[in-house]
Amino acid sequence: MTKTPIECGYLPLVDSAPLIIAKELPFAAEEGLDLSLVRQPSWSALRDMIAMGRLHFAHVLSPMPIAMSLGLGGMPAKIDALMVLSANGTVIGVSPALDRTMRKGGWSNSFDNPVETAAALFGAGEVPLRVGVPFPFSMHRMLLEYWLRSDPNYLQDKIEIITVPPPQMAQAVRDGDLDVFCVGEPWGTVAVQHSDATLILPSNSIWQFAPEKVLAARHDWVEDNPKTCHAMIRAIYKAAKWLGQSENIPLAAEILARSHHLALPDHAIDPALTGLITTKIGEAPKQNDRFMTFYGGAANFPWRSQGRWIARQLVQLTSQDHSDFDSIAQACFRSDLFRAALSPMGIDLPCTSEKVEGALQHPTAVASTKGEMILGPDGFFDGACFDITP
Amino acid sequence: MSKNLKILVVESNRTKAKKIIDALFEGGWSDVVVLASASALDRNLREHNPDIILIDLANPDRDTLEHISLASQAKSRPVAMFVDHTDEEMTQAAIEAGLSAYVVNGLQMERIKPVLETAIARFRILSKMQSELDAAKLALSDRKTIDRAKGLIMRARGVCEEDAYQLMRKSAMDHGRKLIDVANSLVTAADILQ
Repeated sequence: MTKTPIECGYLPLVDSAPLIIAKELPFAAEEGLDLSLVRQPSWSALRDMIAMGRLHFAHVLSPMPIAMSLGLGGMPAKIDALMVLSANGTVIGVSPALDRTMRKGGWSNSFDNPVETAAALFGAGEVPLRVGVPFPFSMHRMLLEYWLRSDPNYLQDKIEIITVPPPQMAQAVRDGDLDVFCVGEPWGTVAVQHSDATLILPSNSIWQFAPEKVLAARHDWVEDNPKTCHAMIRAIYKAAKWLGQSENIPLAAEILARSHHLALPDHAIDPALTGLITTKIGEAPKQNDRFMTFYGGAANFPWRSQGRWIARQLVQLTSQDHSDFDSIAQACFRSDLFRAALSPMGIDLPCTSEKVEGALQHPTAVASTKGEMILGPDGFFDGACFDITP
Repeated sequence: MSKNLKILVVESNRTKAKKIIDALFEGGWSDVVVLASASALDRNLREHNPDIILIDLANPDRDTLEHISLASQAKSRPVAMFVDHTDEEMTQAAIEAGLSAYVVNGLQMERIKPVLETAIARFRILSKMQSELDAAKLALSDRKTIDRAKGLIMRARGVCEEDAYQLMRKSAMDHGRKLIDVANSLVTAADILQ
């Protein structure tokens, strides 16, 4: 049988693992796909390629399909998110100088305390804090701003958000251009190793189940090619499930390090996959459970409520609001397509396509198509719930 | 037509930057500034106040430029060139050539178009030259590896050059591999065994 040639764009980050595993193991071939992975130099370039129909699929930051569909930023286009590729897996860090000032003020780094850490950040007295993020429309920026806004000392002009491409983040810290940064692995680990940065929080300490990357495609192409989309969703789902089994992690790290897709050494890949994070040179690594999640608790399900949460943050970030933002955003997250792809395989799926984001402080059993399944935890550090059902 | 447009080129490769300036100069645009990187771009934008920014599609600094273009407080902010998709053909041509452009002061399309056409033509030549150079370099290094592998077989089996080549070719075909891959394995194995 001839395989359907498919091109999927990505950025070389550890969380592109489901795509690489789908290609290398080869779950994509089992689904009749001849999958090529096309590395891109920047999020803008990847966005342009997907918008102009030069790639079939793309590994993108979860807010990107929504921002594009809402017409925000360069190259707007109707883009769908077909599934969530990973939850969390990013880190927040500070420059060596800021770390020293924070410690002088009595702060110690437990790597899991957003409230005390925010107080120490603003208590250090450096204003404005120059904060590096990889892209204006990123979960990195949303979580950072959500977290910092919660501090009583927060004022908008106390932080200055700057976009720095991930591979350049460590250098920007070393050059003294950034005080704080949020970046996806392995670039946080690289900043510790090469620029003496200190990692102060994993993203899951702010939101325990933040959708980080999604599989994106042009809406019109999706409508014309449902079978190919189903096959791709199934292939990535199988790869994610394989990645979710802890006994496969050593082999996964080996495959990621050896394949030419990432061009990263295994010691840069390991921390994200194992959750064993070295936050500062010379200190023992800290174990962070569910650091980067590929599977389990319906991790891959594109919840429409996640789309709406993102749309809300976009309203705040861009000071733009339109009555149709909410409906456009929720339609981007294609839970319908995800169901259509996986139901025939007998896979258990949630009964609803929306949930109250932040409601589950612990793993909780909920109704599913086959009875019951465990979801969560998906709590926010401040205990907030986003019940945004209309 | 007025050609007094201020053009900013973000390009770290000096040879490439010079070729782009030359092309623009020949086209009649003389007010061109080159920046090696987009760091401190915000300050540079205020200083130079360009009308158009040209940047390689593959340049990671684009994400920084993208962010600046979204910062609403900036008085004259750059806007990604192809936002309105009015000229689909030109957008496709620019992407094909590896060029992205940002317009700063809301210029009219008829003033921008000639600049873009000139830049697209030059980017196309540059990317063709680059890929030819890459291919030539690769072919040269493949050739060296294959020659080394041939030498190894000739010594080990006591055969002539042509026979060594045929042996390697047969092994490649039998295993469904490329000739260069077989040669690479031989050379690597020989390095270990030495």
